[in-house]
Parts: sequence; C-alpha cells; structure tokens
Amino acid sequence: MSMATATTTAQPVERVNYLNKEYGVGSWLLTTDHKRIALLYLISITFFFFIGGFFALLIRLELLTPTGDLVQADTYNKLFTMHGMVMVFFFLIPSIPAVLGNFLVPMMIGAKDLAFPRINLLSWYLYIIGGVMMLHCMLTGGVDTGWTFYTPFSTAFTNTKIVEAGLAIFVAGFSSILTGLNFIVTIHRMRAPGMTWSRLPLFIWAHYATSIIQILGTPVVAITIVLVAVERTLHLGIFDPKLGGDPLLFQHLFWFYSHPAVYIMILPSMGIVSEIIACFSRKRIFGYGFVAISSISIAVFGFLVWAHHMFVAGISVYAALVFSLLSYSVAVPSAVKVFNWTATLYKGSIRYDAPMLYAFGFLGLFTIGGLTGLFLACLGIDVHVTDTYFVVAHFHYIMVGGALMGYLGGMHFWWPKISGRLYPEGWARLAALIVFIGFNLTFFPQFILGYMGMPRRYYQYPAEFQILNVLSTAGATVLGVGYLLPMIYFLWSMRYGKPAPDNPWNAAGLEWQTASPPTTFNFEQEPVVTWEAYNYEEIDAHTGGEAPNVG
Amino acid sequence: MSGNVDALYIFLLIVSGMMTLLIFTALIYFAARYRRQHGVQAEQIEGSTPLEITWSIIPLGVFMVIFAWGAVVYFKGRTPPRDSTEVYVVAKQWMWKLEHAEGQREINELHVPVGRDVKLIMTSQDVIHSFYVPAFRMKQDVLPGRYTVAWFRATKAGTYHLFCAEYCGTQHSGMIGSIVVQEPAQYEAWMSGGTTGPLSATGEKIFSELGCVTCHRSDTQGRGPNLQGVFGTPVQLEDGRMITADENYVRESILDPGAKVVKGFKPVMPTFQGLVSEEQLNALVAYVKSLSKPGEAGGSVKPAVAVPAKDATKGSQVK
Amino acid sequence: MSDSPTVAIQGQPHAESHGHNPALLHHFAEPQQQRDAASLGMWIFLATEVMFFGGLFCAYLIYRLKYFPEFAAASQSLNWKLGATNTAVLICSSLTVVFAVYAAQRAKRAMLLGNLVLTILLGFGFLGIKAIEYADKFKEHHVPGPSFNFVQEGATSSNAGTGPAGINQGHVQIYFALYFVMTGLHALHMIIGIGFFTWLLYASWKGRFTPEWNTPVEMGGLYWHFVDIVWIYLFPLLYLIDLHK
Repeated sequence: MSMATATTTAQPVERVNYLNKEYGVGSWLLTTDHKRIALLYLISITFFFFIGGFFALLIRLELLTPTGDLVQADTYNKLFTMHGMVMVFFFLIPSIPAVLGNFLVPMMIGAKDLAFPRINLLSWYLYIIGGVMMLHCMLTGGVDTGWTFYTPFSTAFTNTKIVEAGLAIFVAGFSSILTGLNFIVTIHRMRAPGMTWSRLPLFIWAHYATSIIQILGTPVVAITIVLVAVERTLHLGIFDPKLGGDPLLFQHLFWFYSHPAVYIMILPSMGIVSEIIACFSRKRIFGYGFVAISSISIAVFGFLVWAHHMFVAGISVYAALVFSLLSYSVAVPSAVKVFNWTATLYKGSIRYDAPMLYAFGFLGLFTIGGLTGLFLACLGIDVHVTDTYFVVAHFHYIMVGGALMGYLGGMHFWWPKISGRLYPEGWARLAALIVFIGFNLTFFPQFILGYMGMPRRYYQYPAEFQILNVLSTAGATVLGVGYLLPMIYFLWSMRYGKPAPDNPWNAAGLEWQTASPPTTFNFEQEPVVTWEAYNYEEIDAHTGGEAPNVG
Repeated sequence: MSGNVDALYIFLLIVSGMMTLLIFTALIYFAARYRRQHGVQAEQIEGSTPLEITWSIIPLGVFMVIFAWGAVVYFKGRTPPRDSTEVYVVAKQWMWKLEHAEGQREINELHVPVGRDVKLIMTSQDVIHSFYVPAFRMKQDVLPGRYTVAWFRATKAGTYHLFCAEYCGTQHSGMIGSIVVQEPAQYEAWMSGGTTGPLSATGEKIFSELGCVTCHRSDTQGRGPNLQGVFGTPVQLEDGRMITADENYVRESILDPGAKVVKGFKPVMPTFQGLVSEEQLNALVAYVKSLSKPGEAGGSVKPAVAVPAKDATKGSQVK
Repeated sequence: MSDSPTVAIQGQPHAESHGHNPALLHHFAEPQQQRDAASLGMWIFLATEVMFFGGLFCAYLIYRLKYFPEFAAASQSLNWKLGATNTAVLICSSLTVVFAVYAAQRAKRAMLLGNLVLTILLGFGFLGIKAIEYADKFKEHHVPGPSFNFVQEGATSSNAGTGPAGINQGHVQIYFALYFVMTGLHALHMIIGIGFFTWLLYASWKGRFTPEWNTPVEMGGLYWHFVDIVWIYLFPLLYLIDLHK
C-alpha cells in the first residue's frame, strides 16, 4: 500500500508522513505505528464486509421466491450462519475501534501512540489468524447453526465445523480484548497535559465505554466456545439434556456476552456522530456531560439485560419480568443521546457535507431501530415477534442503519486526515442518499413481515409473505450499490483526489492539529491543552467562521 | 387473546410514531432553519440540566407503562386457565407430533374447537424447537429434557399457520403445520373418527407393563409413594425442600428418580431413561394426572379420596 | 507484554545518546508513565482472566446446586491430600515471587536468580502433582468420554435389587468435565507462567533488570499471584465438597 507522490502542481515537495516514511511490505507488516495498524485493519475488515455482504446477497436472492429453489436447505442455513458470524465478529465488532479508534485515539488525547504499540500489532495478527481460520472453515464446509450456535443442536446434532468456527471466533475475540485493554490504558495514562477527563472528545468517551465491554464481556463468550468445543469433541453433557446438562445454561452464557456485544458495535458509532454533529453545526454538543455519562451507563446497564433474548426460551415468568424492566432502563441513556444531538442542531450553523448526511441518516435510522427495541423489550409483544423478521429488522436498523452509517460518516469525516486527500463530495452525497433509501427499502418491510408471522432463518415461506420479501431484496441491491460507491471513490481519491489541508473542516480536536496525513509521531511537540472540547466559537472567531472549500 | 397483544402493539406504534414524528420534525426543522448562513454564528449552548432530567424521566415513565402493560399481557398468556383441554406435543426434527388427552394423534396438524381453552404440554425429542402460531400471537420454545407449557383459546374458526420458530437444522423452514379450528359440532365429528382411547388409559397400561404398580401401590405398603391425588399438590422431599408435583416433576421422577426423593422413602427407584419414549412419558404423565381428578381415573385404581385438581402447573421452571 | 529495553519501536536502532533511560519507550514521556501504563494494563488483563474463569465457576455453581449428591460423591473421589499439597506448593511459590520482585527492586542479583529458580521449580512441582492426579483419574475411568464409569465409594450389592440407587452417571460426568476443564485451564496458565518466568530468569541472568526498571518482574509477579488465587478457589470448590461427612 505504498503512497504515490502527489502530482498536483500546487503541491510543493511532499512532506514526510506516516504513509511515505517507509516503503515495503515489511515496514507495514512489522509496524507499530497505530495509524498504519489502523489501515491494515481497514483493508482486512473491508474484505470481510464484502464476504458477509455477498452471503447477504445470496440470502436475499433465495428469498425472492417462496420455495427453496436457488440453493439447498443446508446451504441456505450455512449462508445465514456465515453472514452472521462474519459480520458480527469480523466486521462490526472490530470496525470502528480497530480502524478509526486506533487511528484517532492517540491523536485526540495528544499522545504519540497507544500505550502498547506492539500489542496493537499483535491484535491485528490475531484478527488475521482468526479470519484465516474462519475462511478456511467456510471453504471446507462451513457451519449451519446460526451465529448463535444454540445447544444441543451445535454440540450433539450437526455435522458441520463448529469447533473450527468457534476457535476462529475465540482467536478474534482476543484481538478485541487486547484492543479494549490498549484503549483503556491509553486514555488513562497517555493524555497530554491539560487534557482532563471533562475535555475529552465524546469519541474518546464512547471508545472508553466500548473498551470496558470488550474486556469484561468477551472472555465469557470465549469460555463458552471452549465448553462447546470440549463438549462436542468428547461427547460430554454440559449443555446436553440427555446427559443431564442444561441447554439454557448455554444461552445464558452466550447472551451474557452477546448482548453487551451489540453495545460494542453501536457505542463507537455514537462517538463518531457526536464529533460530526459538533463540527457541522459549529457548536459544542448540547449536554456534553450527559452524553459522556450515557455512554458509560449504556456499558454498565448493557451487562444486566441479556435474558431479554430468552423470554420464550423457558425461563421463569419472574426472571422475564426482571429482564424486561432492566431492558427499559438501558433504553433511557440511548434516548438521552438522541435528544442531545437533536438539541445541538438548535441555533447551530449547519452544513450538509457527506459526513453530516451520514450523521442525519444515523439519527433517523437509530431512532427507528431503538424504538423497535421497545417493542421487543415488551413481554407481551416479544412473545409474538421474537424469532421473526421483526427482530431481524430491529437489529439491522441499529447495526447497519446505526453503526455502519456512523462508520461511513466517520470514514468520510477523517478521510482527509487519514489519506491526505479529499474525497469527491458530490459522489459522497449521492452515495449517502442511495444507502439511506436502499437501507429503508430493504429493512422496513421486514418489520411488517415479522409481525405477520414470518419466522427467521426460513428459506421457504408461505406465499403471502412474498411481496414484502421481493421489496426487501430490491432494496438490498440498491444498498449494495450504495456501499460499492465509497469503496470506488475512496480508492480513486488516493491517486486523483485533491490534496487535503491539515484541517479541511476547521474542526475542533487535537487530531486536526496534525498534518494531513500526520507524521509518524503525530505531534511535533507534545500539545498542552488549555481549552475545552468543541471550542467552535473560538475557532470560528479565528477563521472567520467559514470552512475552506471541501471536495 | 391476540386482541390483547394487538392492542398493546397499536399503543406502542402510536407512542413510537409520536416519538419519531417529534424527533424527525425537530431534525428537519433545525436542519433547515439553522443552515449555514453568511455572517450568522452558531450559538454555544452548554446544555440544560432541567431539560435533561425532563427528557429522562418522561420517557422512563412511558417505558414503565409499556413494561407494566406488557407484563400483564405476558402473565396472562403464560397462565393456562384451569380445566384447559390438554394436548401433548412432541417436537422432533422436523415435524410436530400431537396427542390429545382423549387419545387422538395428529402429525403437523392440531384440531381444536372454537372457544375452548387448550393447554399444550410440550417437549422435544432432539433439539430446541419453538411452537409458534402467529394468528394466536403465541410462541413457546420446546426443549429437550423437560416440558414447557403454552395455552390459547381460538375465537374464530379457520386454519392457521403453525411454524417452528427456533432454528433446528436442515428442514427448520419445513416444519410447518396448521391449527384447524372448528365449530364444536364439526369438532365432535372429527373426534369420533377413530381413537386409541384416552391418553391416560394408555398411560395406565404402560404403568402396569413397566412394573410401576409393584412399588407405587394404592395403599401404604409400597416401596414408592402412593400416587393417588398427588399430582398438583405440594410434596416434601428428603432434603427438606417443598416442590409442587407438576408435569416436569413426574417426568423427572421417571427419568432421574434420585434427583428429588420424597421424604420417608429410600432412593431405590430405577431410572427409565432410554426405556420410555417421549410419547410414553406423556401417557404416563397423563395417567398420574388422572389419579388426581375425581371420577376420571381409568382402570382398577380408584382414588381413595376425591381430591380437587389444583391448577398448580407452572408454565416453565424457575431457572 | 514485555517491555524489553533493547527493542526500539518502528525499526529504528536505539542510540545511547538519547539522554534518558534506554528502557524508556519513545511514545512515553517519562519512565513513571511507562510503569503506570504497564501496571494498569496487567490489572486489566487479570480482570479479563477473572471473567474467563468466571464463566466456568458460574457453570460449576449452577450444577453443584442442581446435582449436589453427585458432585459430593465425585469430589470425594479426588485425592484431597494431593490437592492440599499443591495448594501449599503454590502459596510457597507466591512467596518466592514476592522475594524475587523485592530482589529486583534492590538489585540483589543472587536473591533474584535464586527465587526465580525456586518459583519455576515449585511450578513444575505443582504440575507434576497434577499429572499424578490426572493419571489416577484416568485409571479410575473418571475421565469424561466413552470410557467413563463412576462407581461410588461404599456402593454395595445390597441396594442393587431394584437397580442402581441415586448416582446419575451423566451428572457425575458433568462434575468431571468441569473439573478437567477448570484445572486444565489453570494448568495451562501455570505453564505459560513458568515459560514467562524462564524468560525472566534468562533476562535476570543477563542483568537486564535494575532498580529503575524491573517492570517485567513485577508484571510476572502479578500474573503468578493471580494464577495462585484461582487455585485457592478451585481447591475447596472441587476437592472439599461435603468432605467432613
């Protein structure tokens, strides 16, 4: 991935930065520079995103017709399983922290690197090893248990490669744990002088909260995978009722991680949205303190609600009541964030550049996704809609409409910093629009399908469900186009894009005080912070309030 | 029953709709009204603690209402009424086997009369399945190794989809059946078309064939407890615990007799794990139940005392 | 997690003319910051280990409550004397670790080397005793799997009239499955610990640790104490169920 020298006439001799400092595969594969590691992750997770996306395409194609005619039943079962496993463990969980988090966390707090650069590199290698294991597993037969691999089906009935897939996820899980560990130590110990906790960007608060979940939750799914692997290999009965075990114990252990995991996926995205909205409204986020604390609350409360995935699984009525009540409590901080972001727009000075369009998209789609969570937390309704397409629609609204939109918004926002180039603004706005439309067309019909009764993980279905399925598939093709566009124009911009100024958005934040792209050690001199976060009034006073023309 | 769920759903739709409208309106209005204009600066507003408290408390209040209403609907949906007609369900990859208490057996289809409360006592032969009838807004996972219970009352005649809603392997999406709800007269006609006799009578036969009657005598001389009138009543165990003799307890006592030994008895009962099928277990459970119902006991064993059947069956085990 | 002082970051050779402690890595401003970071990092890592073992302890507690008689019977078939010996071995090894850290902080080379050696030897002692126990279990057919067969101590033929009384092989097998996974995972952590301490021994021999910089010894110590504490929980939970009866 060597950087070609810029060819525009306006550019003087190109400065040395983290990209062109050294060339050669070795300098990349043995780097400890957090920015290069972020790019290594960017390439890897994009690769897995398209693999997971390809599986999604096949799923939606099969669902065009009520009968199973595109692929066989077993193949379909493998498709949705692999789609889930790849997207959750190899795309969503790492994506923002490993790419944008790695790149920005040190710079935002005024540090030269993360606390443990070599562990950061190890993190990437673990991700790659896990990814290769997963690829191998998929190419040699795959898994068909659903990404949730419930017992006893996964331990005693299926013949597919559970142990291998489980170990791949186990290894990737350690990557996640190490990233979280690195961020927490970095944020605690590496802040520049004057960078107090209350001056931290909300992106940092979000990643701090995410890291807490990563370090405390991931080990539990790791040990669960170990138990499943041991049970499967030695024919034990820890989760098998025929041998005295309890299949519900598996579900409890699994969801104890997998529910907080969804907060790993959404919190970083929320951090990005805070940064974007502040910059493109030219003002501090309304209720900074509340937004910061809400991230921590979500992380804490997120650990208390796991059994809302099990309301009809055979838990007692009283347990169900407790978990339903707690689930409503975790909805409050999320709602508070949405209100604060909206309030930030009030009396702001708003521009609609592509990052802001993605942020708006996030606000709309996350609101809908979050509200449908209220339906699911409601016991009376959940009995009807759990395990149907209603749930599928709900989590895609949050994970794709929320997390992925935030990720794309962040990629656009910080692209000039990362690459030193500007992306083409016109195409970016078009892509944002296509993604928004395609997304709604794909997933909104699924809410209706779910309430009508179409269960999940079905590859054949009663004919009355067909129209909505066709709509959904049509939307998926549009959505796919929307995702391909940024791939294309980001790559294009690396060679032909306009060179970016150090701070094209006149944004607040220490990362914008570095060059675009930054040097290896980020700052010439250690910054000393004497201002509050989001000091847009000061910035606009100095620069006349107009951001330079971008794109 | 589905009416309750739908009413709740509509309430949630209205609440969500209002919230969505509120937020989207604010977003669109602010986005337009405060777009970048030359010479106009953004106004730095730190926040407003009263506002934060307000928009935390009010949603929390609304959420509590939703929670409470949902909890009530859920509770009702999980509490089968007394005197529900019982149907035993055995799920397996990839079909539903159903047996009415009166003895009729069905595969992938369940005939019920309009207006009757039907209680399903379900277990799986292999992996976890889930009994889902969208039209009744009712769903319950079916587990191997224990019984789970669900109930419904059909209010309109017709044929309704039955789906398996917990992924269970290759033909998960083929595990589709139907609930056939009939007018009472039609249902009677269907019922009389061939049966092997009530399930409890089948159970009584098995009880005798497997030698259970040797120890579980109807006097106090047996090595095992007298089962007359036991079902549905509290039972004291050797270790001091008190449990209710429900379907799961009877089932467990047959498959793992050492787990919950009745006070005053020795743990000498052999296990029948592997010696009885799920259907036979269902029949035995039905038989033990019948020993608690006055005037319904089949065969030679008559209840010594007429014990009213207490509806103490729980929907699911406390985990 | 070793902060080896001679490895420079980003491929640059480390020059002595830097004017600071050669152990200081470039992205840190001062040695204290680097020490604090390493320490916090290790504590967080130990927190993840607590959660990792925690899942197992959770499964153990649930099944012990559910199947107490079988758990008690299975537990009583373990050799508690060997388990107690191992507990003593580990506690002693934690003591030698404390001495080693103390020695490293005061540049007492002989004391450091000696205690590291003792720690490693005690570690091997622990593993050796564990191996004996595992071998016993294997001989008694208590290893979960196809050849599993648990015969309760004191089972006689007098209660065999109507079939085996009480003991459910499946439930006992769950105990042993948890026993092997929990002690096996613990033993794996011991092996990793011994490996790390072997490297510490080598580095100490080479004189890498000074009073200014001995972070790896401290971090290794923290890890070792953690592994010790896990065993302190494992021993009574696995070996001492209802033993007084």
